Amino acid sequence: MKKKLLSVLSVATLSLSVLVAGCGGNAQQGAQQGQNQGQEQAGGDQAGQKTVRIGMVTDVGGVNDNSFNQSAWEGLQKFQQDNGLPQESVNYLQSTSDADYVPNLTQFVKDGWDLTWGIGFMMADAVKQVAEANPDAKIAIIDQEVQAPNVESVLFKENEGAFLGGVVAGSMTKSNKIGFVGGVESPVIKRFEAGFIAGVKAVNPNAKVISVYTGAFDKPDLGKQAASGLYGQGADIVFPAAGSTGDGVFNEAKDRKSKGENVWVIGVDKDQSLTFGKEITLTSVMKRVDQAVERVSKDVMDGNFKGGQVVTLGLAEDGVGLPETSKDTVPADVLAKVEEFKQKIVNKEISVPEEPQE
Amino acid sequence: MNRVIQVFTKESFLVPLFAIILGLVVGALAMLAGGFNPLLAYESLVVKVFGDLYNFGEAIRQITPLIFTGLAVAFAFRTGLFNIGAEGQFIMGMLGAVYVGVAFDLPPIIHAVVAIIVGALMGGIWAGIAGYLKAARGVHEVITSIMLNWIGMYFANYILNAFLVPKGQQRSEIVHDSAVITLQALSNFLGGARVHWGTPLALICAVIFFIILWKTKTGYELRAVGLNPHASEYAGMSVNRNIVKAMFISGLFAGLGGACETLGVFHYLAVMSAMPGYGFDGIAVALIGGNTPIGIVLGAFLFGALSYGAAGMKFSAGVPIELIRIVISSVIFFVAAHGIVRYLLKPILAKRKEEGR
Repeated sequence: MKKKLLSVLSVATLSLSVLVAGCGGNAQQGAQQGQNQGQEQAGGDQAGQKTVRIGMVTDVGGVNDNSFNQSAWEGLQKFQQDNGLPQESVNYLQSTSDADYVPNLTQFVKDGWDLTWGIGFMMADAVKQVAEANPDAKIAIIDQEVQAPNVESVLFKENEGAFLGGVVAGSMTKSNKIGFVGGVESPVIKRFEAGFIAGVKAVNPNAKVISVYTGAFDKPDLGKQAASGLYGQGADIVFPAAGSTGDGVFNEAKDRKSKGENVWVIGVDKDQSLTFGKEITLTSVMKRVDQAVERVSKDVMDGNFKGGQVVTLGLAEDGVGLPETSKDTVPADVLAKVEEFKQKIVNKEISVPEEPQE
Repeated sequence: MNRVIQVFTKESFLVPLFAIILGLVVGALAMLAGGFNPLLAYESLVVKVFGDLYNFGEAIRQITPLIFTGLAVAFAFRTGLFNIGAEGQFIMGMLGAVYVGVAFDLPPIIHAVVAIIVGALMGGIWAGIAGYLKAARGVHEVITSIMLNWIGMYFANYILNAFLVPKGQQRSEIVHDSAVITLQALSNFLGGARVHWGTPLALICAVIFFIILWKTKTGYELRAVGLNPHASEYAGMSVNRNIVKAMFISGLFAGLGGACETLGVFHYLAVMSAMPGYGFDGIAVALIGGNTPIGIVLGAFLFGALSYGAAGMKFSAGVPIELIRIVISSVIFFVAAHGIVRYLLKPILAKRKEEGR
């Protein structure tokens, strides 16, 4: 009897679950239709109520990568809060492999979101493909130019930010030797190098910058090796622009600092003094992906989307710069000099090279 | 009618089905605990996979490589070998195919066929190394095939950087059009989903898998060596030769998968910072499918649909990726743990036995 009851029960569960799944499908469809209608209405009276939905697709780093993707998502969340938008109006999809880029972008695009972000140059091919297949969709990408009428490409003037880092390094070096550690030789990293060298030379023509390329963005061991060589040659400040390869530079500097050597590192992309400590982080050349995301998303909300254009964010747009926390490690007179050069760059009195000058 | 019922109530059908339901229930509990609506989440999963033509096509794209790697792992299982190296063999397949696709100029179709064959052979040879080391030196294939995964990945990166990647880029050049195996007409019909000849090829491979193992003398030997190497040796079969042969064929399947993925989906190969993961998922697929060809195709379908539909769960129901992984894992857990499911199903199975008598 008991057995019979059990079997009846399990059959019941089975059929129920099938039933629920079936009904569920219909309900979902209904909901989606409703949503689409809502959207059309929203499109109708755009001027009155600003409903806007903005999505982003991470690259394989994922949304908690402590850098790029995370910064972008923080920017998007801030955009949502600052503009009093409902929480559902921003969303992200995480890519677990290269194969996910296209379907993830397409998910937002097909669902009629107002803007879809592709974060990082690795997504350039996917963004182009999706943009061409959906000419009405608005897409934006960071760090790579994609030529399509409905794609806004956001690039940064890394050279301008690095210039200020170079000013700090040039003013504070005691040995007149400064190191630069690059990742893969690419236009972005070249801009970092060029700006940094120009900044050093602007305040201290006698100082020498030694550049080393590790060829990788994800090899802290190579970064440590490169830093060891540079500090060994007498450099007292090293600026890595090499993703997590740069972590090795911090590591080497920490080792040397604990042995009493007076060495410094200049961080990159984010305020790295928060991660690695102020004992070794002199300042950081920040690249504000979050602000870029906020800015372009706002443009879309206000109807100013610049499809087909390349937007380049530099010092004038606060797209790059040094963090507030630098005042604890850098003397006031040097910071005053930094501010002075910043104004000159913003006012276009100085133009910072994009390629290292020989 | 009775026969139909019989098919659907057979133990081999009932146990996996019940396991999947159990897994979904446990996943639902996890979602409830996290404060999410499991019904909405499962709806979004189903809608994501079957909701429209584009997503259905993309789900098939996701499923295809899993059939290949599932077959690769299962083939080795059937011959008593544990091929954890499907991942590396898959990578070698991708590398071989992209090299032929970029570096050679051949007429259409022939170019694609050559690229696929080279990719498959690269995978086969890669697995063959592990097989040879086992046969000649007695090194366990689990160790060697895991190590060969990493060697394969870094070897591929080296070849890419040295010969195929333009300066300042992170991926190879696009393969020539003549080597592309996209099913263009079907892709257009499916809203641009990246479907390719790899899918029919995978199904053909499932049939070949069956024929080799159960309809040929070679297959009989391979299975015999797997079941009892000592007895097979006594019966006059060469155990060592069969080990190498088994690994080679297993690697062919994985290499084919890699070649089709490159030529059908991406048309290029990116410098890898992590393994693509299809090889490891193939182990789960082989397990779910009970190492039978039909089971593997169904298992790949389940696995691929779950992981593809996961994006839908995130998108429509807001379930975070981590929770979705729990759902997928619990389904696999119950499928793999036949024992638990059998125990729960005991009443039904016992009852049928009585009736059958």
